[in-house]
Amino acid sequence: MLKIEGLHVNVEDKKIIQGLDLQIAPGEVHAIMGPNGSGKSTLANVLSGKDGYDVTKGKITFLKKNLFDLEPENRAGEGLFLAFQYPVEIPGVSGMNFLRTTINSIRRYRKQKELDGVNFLKVLREKAKFIKMDEKLIKRSVNTGFSGGEKKRSEILQMSLLEPKLAILDETDSGLDIDALKTVANGVNNLKNKERSFLIITHYQRLLNYIVPDKVHVLSKGKIVKSGDKNLAIELEKKGYEGIM
Amino acid sequence: MSIDLETKKTVKSITEKYKYGFTTKISSDKAPKGLNEDIVKLISGKKKEPKWLLDWRLKAFRTWLKMKEPNWSMVKFPKINYQDSYYYSAPKPKKKLKSLNEVDPAILSTYEKLGIPLEEQKRLAGVAVDYVFDSTSVATTFKEQLSKLGIIFCSFSEAVQKNPELVKKYLGTVIPYTDNYFATLNSAVFSDGSFVYIPPGVRCPMELSTYFRINAENTGQFERTLIIADKDSYVSYLEGCTAPMRDENQLHAACVELITLDNAEIKYSTVQNWYPGDEKGKGGVYNFVTKRGACRGNNSKISWTQVETGSAITWKYPSCILQGDNSVGEFYSVAITNNFQQADTGTKMIHLGKNTKSTIISKGISAGRGQNTYRGLVRMGPKAKDGRNFTQCDSLLIGDRCGAHTVPYIEVKNQSAKVEHEATTSKISDDQMFYCRQRGLDQENAVSLIVNGFCKEVLKELPMEFAVEAQKLLGISLEGSVG
Repeated sequence: MLKIEGLHVNVEDKKIIQGLDLQIAPGEVHAIMGPNGSGKSTLANVLSGKDGYDVTKGKITFLKKNLFDLEPENRAGEGLFLAFQYPVEIPGVSGMNFLRTTINSIRRYRKQKELDGVNFLKVLREKAKFIKMDEKLIKRSVNTGFSGGEKKRSEILQMSLLEPKLAILDETDSGLDIDALKTVANGVNNLKNKERSFLIITHYQRLLNYIVPDKVHVLSKGKIVKSGDKNLAIELEKKGYEGIM
Repeated sequence: MSIDLETKKTVKSITEKYKYGFTTKISSDKAPKGLNEDIVKLISGKKKEPKWLLDWRLKAFRTWLKMKEPNWSMVKFPKINYQDSYYYSAPKPKKKLKSLNEVDPAILSTYEKLGIPLEEQKRLAGVAVDYVFDSTSVATTFKEQLSKLGIIFCSFSEAVQKNPELVKKYLGTVIPYTDNYFATLNSAVFSDGSFVYIPPGVRCPMELSTYFRINAENTGQFERTLIIADKDSYVSYLEGCTAPMRDENQLHAACVELITLDNAEIKYSTVQNWYPGDEKGKGGVYNFVTKRGACRGNNSKISWTQVETGSAITWKYPSCILQGDNSVGEFYSVAITNNFQQADTGTKMIHLGKNTKSTIISKGISAGRGQNTYRGLVRMGPKAKDGRNFTQCDSLLIGDRCGAHTVPYIEVKNQSAKVEHEATTSKISDDQMFYCRQRGLDQENAVSLIVNGFCKEVLKELPMEFAVEAQKLLGISLEGSVG
């Protein structure tokens, strides 16, 4: 599914990621944990193709394709989804319109039939209900004036609509109360299947109580310094990053 | 309705730059180049106009000779040689037309290229279309149905022949022939245009629509439109423009006058897409238009909605004179400038009557090296007791070589009036773009989506079929503005 080999990334000449290797097989859930400034969000942004990151060395293969050959929108088309840490507001564009435009854009890329209004609404209602997203929110402008929890729920809704092959969750748990956390986790668990992989980036072990990872990696100074199973996350919670590294 | 899907499809379907760049081969009936009293007389004579109208034209022409081209706007352009232009051209009339079958097939096929087949439009949209081809109207549809209600919807020339008393009563009463350089020029040489009269108590059952097209080379366009909504009546009027590609600059100086009497309402919507010039700034239409409405009657209302995507230069201020008590004026505008386009546009709300209200929502979008200026006047006269205005001007910048300017003028001459002005300037942020791209939209569709969102408050004022066209145009106009 995803293979990262010897990745080095600079941001404005500052070395952020320094020799990162990671491999995710179909159906696996990986968690990346690490202190502030360890390069977690940089990794998410490099994977999804955001500008401003200078890849100096290394290779990333996604579904047998060189990821760096693909524009961000084509990575999305191939099935890479990023749930943003800070979802962006787009005033005046209704969620409904945004969702339908994106889903059909991606369906076109995948050479699937576009959804007409009726079918789209059907799918949308079903998914929205599952993650307890109020339909009123979907009619409002994208993320505009949403609370932290509402924004994250909206990200999960988009994820479930776009049916990615690899979903990256960048600190999706931050700013969520316990009920919202459970709903988000529930949404993710429901999407799990043997082809779909997840990369969960988080500070805290909390989310991993609800989404059980197959592998946990500790990121420090741009490198994975330790990998293990879900127990590593629990150990980390007890001892802190200092205690582990 | 998925706006952006539509936009995307349209953008994709356009292989090269300007979609509507073609010229129909029709023989034109042209007056010689240049402008003098003889030309004015020739135009008037060709149209078999009554003497009072010729005299009016001549007065305008003599006034124009003494006037100077205005230079207060933010737009820059080379000096126009008014003697190097044709002032009259018309498709050669074969005979009087009763049905579409009699219309020149070349003209009909032009409409098809524009995606507006007459038949379909008639049937599906229920729109009576008065096509202005070059300067002379060639086909008017739904006339019978309208005439049963007493509605007059015809070319200006026809109105001069058939309803001279109405034309004489109202022509020049909102925009006098002395008004400004371009309006005065128009008054002297206007070729044709549309005339609408809605009798008392009648609600026009369909949107009235005119499509304009500049067609003959080097032909200045001087349209004249006059719309009168008599007491307790209502009409919605659509004006859409597409022009063929060409190299030489073209002057377009139209005049539109609207008049509402007691309790009447006119809704006037424009989608303007004249040729904007190429990406180097060569060519393009100069659109110097005077549009003004007078709310003469109490409780009357005039609403302007415009989507300005075309023209090399746009110079246009659709205005409302709120004479009647409790009258309402509205102005909703989207103006896009890309490449080297310049727009200086806005409105004037002149509050004269008691308890008059006006709303101004202006959205300016600048991309490439485009320069976009909002210029607006809100005047509360001494008798405009409890007059109210709300103005909102938002500017959106795409790239770092374009400009947005806001020039509001506010004059308040009575204590009870309230005037509010809000203005914002923003850029499409990299984060917004990336967010959309991560969800699978390419750059052009992402821009189109964000821009359509930015303009939403204005677009929702457009009649449905026009809104779709406008949304497409926004996407097309901003092609190549990112990446």
